[in-house]
Amino acid sequence: MIWVDTIIQGILLGGLYALFAAGLSLVFGIMRLVNLAHGDLIVLGAYLILLLVTLTGLSPFVAAAVAMPFMFALGFGLQKFMLNRVLGDDILPPLLVTFGLSVVLQNALLEGFSADSQRIQAGPLSTASIQVAGLNLGVMPLMTFGSALVVIIGLNQLFYRTSLGRAFRATSDDPTTASLMGIKPAGIFAKATGIAMIIVTIAALYLGMRSNFDPSIGPARLIYAFEAVIIGGLGSLWGTLAGGVIIGVAQTVGAAINPEWQILAGHLAFLIVLLVRPRGLFPRAVD
Amino acid sequence: MTNAKLDYSVQTRTRASSISAIVALLLVLVAVALPAFASRSLIQDMFFILTMLVLAQFWNLLAGYGGLVSVGQQAFVGIGAYAMFGVVILMGFDPVPSILIAGVAALLLAIPTAFFAFRLQGAYFAIGTWVIAEVVRLLVAQWKAVGGGTGTSLPRSATGDMWFTGAIETLFGVRNAAARDILAYWLAVLLAVATIAGIYWLLRTKRGLGLAAVRDNIEAAKSVGVDAVRMKWTVFLVSAFGTGLAGGLIYMQKARISPDAAFSLQDWTAYVIFIVVIGGIGTIEGPILGVLVFFILQSLLADFGSWYLMALGVIGITIMLFAPRGLWGLFSDRTGIELFPVRRRLTGGRLTGGHVTDTLPSSKEE
Amino acid sequence: MTALLETRDLTARYGDFQALFGVDLTLGEGETVAIIGANGAGKTTLMRSLSGVLRNGPDSIRFDGRGIGDLPADEVMAMGIAMVPEGRKLFPSLSVEENLQIGAYGRNTGGYWSLDTVYDLFPVLKERRSNPGTALSGGQQQMVAIGRALMSNPRVLLCDEISLGLAPVIIKDIYKAVPKIRASGASMIVVEQDIGQAMAVADRVYCMMEGRITLSGSPDALSREAIHNAYFGAAA
Repeated sequence: MIWVDTIIQGILLGGLYALFAAGLSLVFGIMRLVNLAHGDLIVLGAYLILLLVTLTGLSPFVAAAVAMPFMFALGFGLQKFMLNRVLGDDILPPLLVTFGLSVVLQNALLEGFSADSQRIQAGPLSTASIQVAGLNLGVMPLMTFGSALVVIIGLNQLFYRTSLGRAFRATSDDPTTASLMGIKPAGIFAKATGIAMIIVTIAALYLGMRSNFDPSIGPARLIYAFEAVIIGGLGSLWGTLAGGVIIGVAQTVGAAINPEWQILAGHLAFLIVLLVRPRGLFPRAVD
Repeated sequence: MTNAKLDYSVQTRTRASSISAIVALLLVLVAVALPAFASRSLIQDMFFILTMLVLAQFWNLLAGYGGLVSVGQQAFVGIGAYAMFGVVILMGFDPVPSILIAGVAALLLAIPTAFFAFRLQGAYFAIGTWVIAEVVRLLVAQWKAVGGGTGTSLPRSATGDMWFTGAIETLFGVRNAAARDILAYWLAVLLAVATIAGIYWLLRTKRGLGLAAVRDNIEAAKSVGVDAVRMKWTVFLVSAFGTGLAGGLIYMQKARISPDAAFSLQDWTAYVIFIVVIGGIGTIEGPILGVLVFFILQSLLADFGSWYLMALGVIGITIMLFAPRGLWGLFSDRTGIELFPVRRRLTGGRLTGGHVTDTLPSSKEE
Repeated sequence: MTALLETRDLTARYGDFQALFGVDLTLGEGETVAIIGANGAGKTTLMRSLSGVLRNGPDSIRFDGRGIGDLPADEVMAMGIAMVPEGRKLFPSLSVEENLQIGAYGRNTGGYWSLDTVYDLFPVLKERRSNPGTALSGGQQQMVAIGRALMSNPRVLLCDEISLGLAPVIIKDIYKAVPKIRASGASMIVVEQDIGQAMAVADRVYCMMEGRITLSGSPDALSREAIHNAYFGAAA
């Protein structure tokens, strides 16, 4: 029974990792850009929510909703004024620019908020739990997983049911031909990064409510997100959720054996998948 | 091809490079003689500059010439340093020859790393190498014999009578600790000279030209018979070996190690990337210029802590956006000066026929 | 007749290679013009310039009296110049119907063409509407590419090598659509290697060689020999 409990905790933790990963997956799928500052942007989002909660006394959920338009604008501007300039056949410039951004963000947060751990207070919600079939399930992990589901269903709807989603896919296939359809690829990229930042805000909300955070934890979140994306298969949103779950389960099982092995077990699960299925579990047919 | 008039010649040497060869020789002589008249802190600074230069040259070989952007070079610094500590502490080796073992350990780690990371394309390769570096760090933290997560120091018995230190003590009349710094410094001079000469030599060989071809256009390179996969492996393994040697040497001088320090992304990869980007990626001169700029910035701004790192990040981003070939690229474009020319140029004569296949792979640089 | 679209002394180069040397071309309202020429004559470069994929000086291309040579492709398209690119270039991630829908993304002015009228023009597409665009035969893919361009109700339709790689019977099928397209009010520039087909649909023909226009006129006024010379260079 303890193992069933461990695995279910792992699956729910996977929801958090899927939230970390969904934005990364979206951006990579559309413009083949890997944003090395993705983890730091999540941490930035968490500080923004914390700031709003502290200053205005809003509930964290309302604060996250308020933060979303700001984060969208940040992503939009970042893409439009910085990242679009370095996109191209050479992968080096975008990697190095986002790497620089990651260093800048981490140190700016350090300067602004100090290295002390922070937490977004969620009141009684953070300890609430419900009993299901003899298992004690935390409300917060359930909400995280539910939010991950909603985000992924929402993104799928956006991609396959809307005109913007068609433009996303067309631009991803072939930006030059897309421009013949009246699509401005630079504008599409900016919107996509803006939307990714909205998802980042949701991820930041749960990151901040579930555990302590400080300015240095961004890179580790980037790595979990990256592992989930690769395990799932590039460009597959449901694959990203599956990838998050695999990392989550590996971590909780590892931790149950020896607390020092939690992170290591997640990484090893990633390497094993890379060994057996180099293109991930759900590779995209077209690519 | 009938009676092609081949009265031109192919050469890579330029006038600046001939002068720079003489200057370089003089510089090396001065560098070797430096401990005779320099303070200990200058020697330590020079050691830092030289070891960072070595790391930067190898990262530049990987990313600038091989197109392999690794964010996991700290794995090779760390594993080299720990291998050196391991054989010194557990097997009683002298630290000096153990630096070679550091290189070999990094080379051995590079084989499985490449096996995994080469499955990932482009940008994902970068994070893949980073994950592997994290795995190695976490595993090494479990290695209790060398201090586990908290780390350990080199035993006094090993540092006290290290090779050559006795002779240096008598030569300069200094104490053991200073003698070790001088020894480490000389080894760093040797490593830096060997690294630059070795990379320069590699780039001027036929294989080096193939490397440029693979970076510029992998398909075209394949069509002229360049084995891209073998090229990537070569570059990756060579860089790992050199980075491991540097790791062993750095920690021989520090004499104290912990997993978080030896596998630090910031110290061994982030700084190195900034050095190469600021100086100019894809040139040998770039990292040299970059490490000097980096050292000056650090001396001036290090007291400002996170502001310093922010400035470094902003400078790196600005250079990438507005001068992607770095400071050396700006300088070289204005003046046409190249100290380490690797491209082959045609001089004399007129091209009246025939094919000069040697110039083909690097045609993009012309 | 006033020109709807014209080029004046249009040049284009790829790095050191000059592909167009001072091309002057005129398309009148309601007219269909064919451009013929051998491979490498500069036809596709001309089309890429007209559609904004290649940028030029503002006044080297004028549309409706306005210089558009420096506009990017998406803005050119929004003004009403739609392109059927060489090689069809359907979006593999999109179904047939989505490929058609995206044709109206940057210009949704309304007009004769809609999903229904495109399906009327090419009924086979309706049956295959939910297939991926790239799962269709070459001829059907070409129909999608044409329909996609029509969805924006363009004032000028640029067709680049629409018969390339297709069987004669299928080419005939596709060209059957041209009168209906003209009837909807669109002016057309058709790039063709198939001289017979070009002469059959066009009001005027331009012949290109090595980046220059070497001959132009209405099809009945041009002798076979003149075309042959303009196409391959005068016999020595």
